[in-house]
Amino acid sequence: MRPSRFLPALGILAVLVALWWVSAIGSMIFPTPLAVLKAIGELLRTGTLMQHVYASLFRVTIGYLGALALAIPLGSMMGWFPRWFRAINPAVQMLRPISPIAWIPLAILWFGVGDASPTFLIFLATFFPVVVATASGVHMVEQQYVRAARNFGVNGFTLYRRVIFPAALPNIITGMRVGLGVAWLVVVAAEMVAINSGLGYLIIDARNAGSRYDLVVAGMVIIGLIGFGLDGVMRKLEHLEEVRWRYGT
Amino acid sequence: MAPDAKIVVRDVAKTFRTARGAVKALEGISFEVRESEFVALVGPSGCGKSTLLNMLAGFDRPDTGEAVVDGRPVLVPSRKGVLITQRGSVFPWMTVERNLGFGVDGLPEAEQDRLCRHYIELVGLQGFENAYPHELSGGMLQRVEVARALMAKPEVLYMDEPFAALDALTRLRMREELLRILQRERHTCILVTHDVEEALHLADRILVISPRPGRIQRTVEVDVPHPRRLSSIRLVALRELVLAELGVTSYPEPSAHGAAAMPASVPGQQKVTSGSNGNGLHGLPSPLLDAKKTPIGTESS
Repeated sequence: MRPSRFLPALGILAVLVALWWVSAIGSMIFPTPLAVLKAIGELLRTGTLMQHVYASLFRVTIGYLGALALAIPLGSMMGWFPRWFRAINPAVQMLRPISPIAWIPLAILWFGVGDASPTFLIFLATFFPVVVATASGVHMVEQQYVRAARNFGVNGFTLYRRVIFPAALPNIITGMRVGLGVAWLVVVAAEMVAINSGLGYLIIDARNAGSRYDLVVAGMVIIGLIGFGLDGVMRKLEHLEEVRWRYGT
Repeated sequence: MAPDAKIVVRDVAKTFRTARGAVKALEGISFEVRESEFVALVGPSGCGKSTLLNMLAGFDRPDTGEAVVDGRPVLVPSRKGVLITQRGSVFPWMTVERNLGFGVDGLPEAEQDRLCRHYIELVGLQGFENAYPHELSGGMLQRVEVARALMAKPEVLYMDEPFAALDALTRLRMREELLRILQRERHTCILVTHDVEEALHLADRILVISPRPGRIQRTVEVDVPHPRRLSSIRLVALRELVLAELGVTSYPEPSAHGAAAMPASVPGQQKVTSGSNGNGLHGLPSPLLDAKKTPIGTESS
């Protein structure tokens, strides 16, 4: 990659770090970038960092895949059959604006303190963006593709598998990308209250157990880096040959 | 009904309900198409010619009357009659090769590959087998469209302004390509167009459809062998005839030359069912004297 492509981004990051550094000078509590770097090193040495990262990623994976497994078929039905849409859409639109964070008390009530509660919250966080994107993607499939397929005698589930799903896939992937972003936001919040492992727990524990703000900020930095990585994976999906036609080349 | 009629359209009518009331699109349409014949439906926009094609391909049903192919009324789309439109329906998420294979899913893979190679070669897309549609030009996409339709071994090709979205040069080239392909693999074809030259270039017979409600206003036999030269006296005369029938040209004086050039032009002439334009047969110009009306740039053949 040519330097001119990533240098501006690096420059902005450098400015942010510099501002942080300046604002941290002289503070007894707010850590400098160097202190945070040392804290990350410490977490890596003791192995606690990877333990928390795995715990968070595990919950996100299960909740996310569960949501996809339900949201894509349901969204497809809503997009294809107006009756399904009329029946289900009002419920979806009413539940969707409720932040998954608001569900935390109920999640703990129903699932207790353990892996199930954050996983449930991630499921909620991911389900709605994917349902909405899938329904609109399927609804907007251009009729000439469906007509051509019918002309060749393709109907029913084969029509869905070979035409409707691939035609809606660019929309579905956009929904998945939004969903994964929200899931990563929510897992940290959920781990702060509903469980005692994961990156969210790392942050809240570092503060409660000894005001280790260098560890707090280290956790934040790691969360940011992983979120950046997850988004990169989703962007890779958008570059697959099967969906590139929709995003422009 | 003639014994060799491949397609029979009998007294078809269709009315659409819109917010502003009922619109009668087609009325009393009857015609027949022989096996391997190429028929063009020419008419102004909104005359219902696309609706007619949709009915023949099974995407729409007439209110009254029927569309019969091979002795059976058409009720649903099938690969017996494949429809090609200007909007294009080449699947953008599949390579050219996979698009071609789409219509022949049931065949063994070796047979699919053989057919695919044959049609890729026929439409001149060698080297683009693994390309995605977004990498192709508009003309190439319509070639894929045609090749995919032919792969399914349809008995009838229905074409709804198939080349209308292409630029003028590509359009002309595609007509020549289509004629070349049809010479090698004869199909029954019905073409809907408002391009009179395109109809004259391709069709054996032209049905002129009247404005709404669409009716067959006139049948014109294009009794000119291929390759056709659009600037030939005969085709220019036929062009003037069709344009006059569509009411888009008007000539002040009936011309003796024009009348002399006409007699053999409309064998099997039907009566003019709609007298919507005042010229009728008499307004025809002399193609010999009216040289500036000769289409320019169409002398490729």
